[in-house]
Parts: sequence; structure tokens; C-alpha cells
Amino acid sequence: MAEFRLPENSRIKPGRKFAATDGAKNTRRFVVYRYEPDSGENPRTDTYEVDMDRCGPMVLDALIKIKNEIDPTLTFRRSCREGICGSCAMNIDGTNTLACTKATEDVSGDVKIYPLPHMPVVKDLVPDLTNFYAQYASIKPWLQSRTPAPPDQERLQSREDQLKINEPSACILCACCSTSCPSYWWNGDRYLGPAALLAAYRWIVDTRDEATGERLDDLEDPFRLYRCHTIMNCTRTCPKGLNPAKAIAETKKLLAERRH
Amino acid sequence: MAANQRPLSPHLQVYRPQITSVLSILHRITGVIMSAGIVALIYWLLALAGGDASYATALEVLGSIPGKLLLFGWSLAFFYHLSNGVRHLFWDTGRGFELPQVYRSGWAAIGMATLLTIVFWAAVLSGGQ
Repeated sequence: MAEFRLPENSRIKPGRKFAATDGAKNTRRFVVYRYEPDSGENPRTDTYEVDMDRCGPMVLDALIKIKNEIDPTLTFRRSCREGICGSCAMNIDGTNTLACTKATEDVSGDVKIYPLPHMPVVKDLVPDLTNFYAQYASIKPWLQSRTPAPPDQERLQSREDQLKINEPSACILCACCSTSCPSYWWNGDRYLGPAALLAAYRWIVDTRDEATGERLDDLEDPFRLYRCHTIMNCTRTCPKGLNPAKAIAETKKLLAERRH
Repeated sequence: MAANQRPLSPHLQVYRPQITSVLSILHRITGVIMSAGIVALIYWLLALAGGDASYATALEVLGSIPGKLLLFGWSLAFFYHLSNGVRHLFWDTGRGFELPQVYRSGWAAIGMATLLTIVFWAAVLSGGQ
């Protein structure tokens, strides 16, 4: 059953304010979700004023500047800073995206930053992605074949067949889509969510894969697949411009066609 | 700290309402409103079966200002659910999943629901005489 209110220990309290250093002319306010697991206190939002004349253009640049120069306790994941690793996925200005590819300039007013929605929070902007990764593993994201590979070459694939998997293969598993999905919020324990279903689709349409039937069997379930109600928040928020909703619709179509 | 005591990150509280999610929840809400409307429909049918006197009472109840407001709400809910339902039928065939198409079909569903409601009530109010 959907629980719309946050549990008692998750309600956000007002936090601290850090003013910009003297002499800063071009400042922006960053309102950032903070949670300190050892404090025993509820999460709060801290407000940091950042001198934008001395800061890179992306939200991640500002977060790194805050951590380096204002508050070293601020915790977040980041690695590649160019939209390919998916580590810095978070909720910025009300939608999920990658901090490294989101320009501060594109946000009007205070820049509000929260962890990915409806997830257990480990610390500050770091959500626990254990369930998300387990769901990805559950769709068996590897090639399954019965016929042996040709002895002296790879399993060749035509250009047309490769085109089918190019886009779904570009997913970086940042979890922006799944955590934008209200259906995943309410049923994340049983509904696989757009990211895992996009990955499942990627293997279903791979012409080299020979477990298509089993893969469809595994998805034919009122919760695992059919909790998708085509809300389209996933496609709306994907920082890589992919279309999980379309992949899910194609999977549902394959299941419908299989019955005839 | 045990994993199950971790706080839950905010969701509805912080996620920006957007046409994708708002139209989706409207579809759900209008479905629920129509289910309630079934009760009124059944009342009307029972009154009809009950004869002249009960039917006259029913017309009076449904024709009162609150009755008309409810009927207007139900008709709007019906036409929105219908229009957005057609949108879902297209989606079920795998069509219309590009974001610009999603926005266009969303606004079209809103426009269609409004138009159908206006036409419906124009017909009712002029044809009833």
C-alpha cells in the first residue's frame, strides 16, 4: 500500500546556513539535503551560498566546491564528471538527473538538491542502491546461448540487429528513471522498475541471445512488469535521453503477441 | 546503524509535478470519481423502475444545483478518462512514446475532454428545453 507521507524519522528539519565569503558578488544558494547517520537526528536541509564567479558551471562543480571550501562533511558520490558513470545521480530542482551534466544556470531560484527519491539514505546525498542492483542482476544481464559459438570467430551480428540494442545498451544504471517512477516508489520491492526492465528488453531483442522465451516468462507477472502504468516520468528524466517506457511497452507487446 | 532504520528520501514532497505524472494520476482519480458516479447512475435507474413518483423525485434531486454540479464533474471525469484512455490504447500499440509526442497527446487529451464536456452540456441544455 502506498504510503504518501514520510516516516517519522525521515521528515526534514530546517538546517544550517552558510553565508558566502565577503566580497562575493555573484552568489547562488544551494539547499542541500543532509543526513548524518551517527547523530541520531532527522535529516535536514543546509543552505550554502556559493560564489559563482569562482565555481564551475555544473551543479557537481558547486557540490565539490562546497565540500572543498565550505563544509567537508558533505557527502555525495561522483566519479567521471562527464555523464558516463552515473554516480552523481540525484534530485536537482525537482527532477532526477546527473549533477555533472546539469548546469546551475538552467535552474532558476535556489538550487534544491535531494538524494534520489524514495530510497533509504546512507548519508546525505548517498542512497542505498542494493535493491536496485539486485533487481538488475535478477534479469540476468548477460548473453545466454545454447548453440556453441563459431570456433574461430565472434558471434557476428548484422548492422540492423545491432541497431536494436544500441540505445538500451547505453544505459549507465544511474537509477534516475526508477526513482522518478511513482509506481516504483509504492511497489519498489516487487516491481522491477524502468532501469531493470530496459536492461531486460536489451537482452530480449538481442538476436544472439537464445533465452528470449525464459526472459519473457520471468517478466510475465502482475508486479515485476505490469506495475508500469505508462506514467512516463522515466523517459522524461533520463539524463542519457533513453526511452525505458517505450522498451517496457515493446516488452508488453511481445508478451501479448506470444499468446497468439 | 541498521539498514532498516535509514530514513527514506523525500519523494512526492520534492518531485516536480509534470505533465507526465499529473495526467497519469488524473486518469486514476477520474476512474475513482466515475466509480462513485455509478451509484448515482444506479439510483437514477432504480427510480426509473420505481414508477412516475420516484422518477420525478430523482429528476428533482439530480436537477438541483448540487446535483447538476456533481453531474458536470462526472461528465468531465468521464470525458477525460475516455480521451486519456484512447491515448493509452495508442501506447499499447507501441506508438507515441517520443517525449514531444507524449506532451502533444497529453495536451490533446485535455483539450478533447474539455471540448467533449462543452459539447455534451450544450446538447443537454439546449435539447432538454
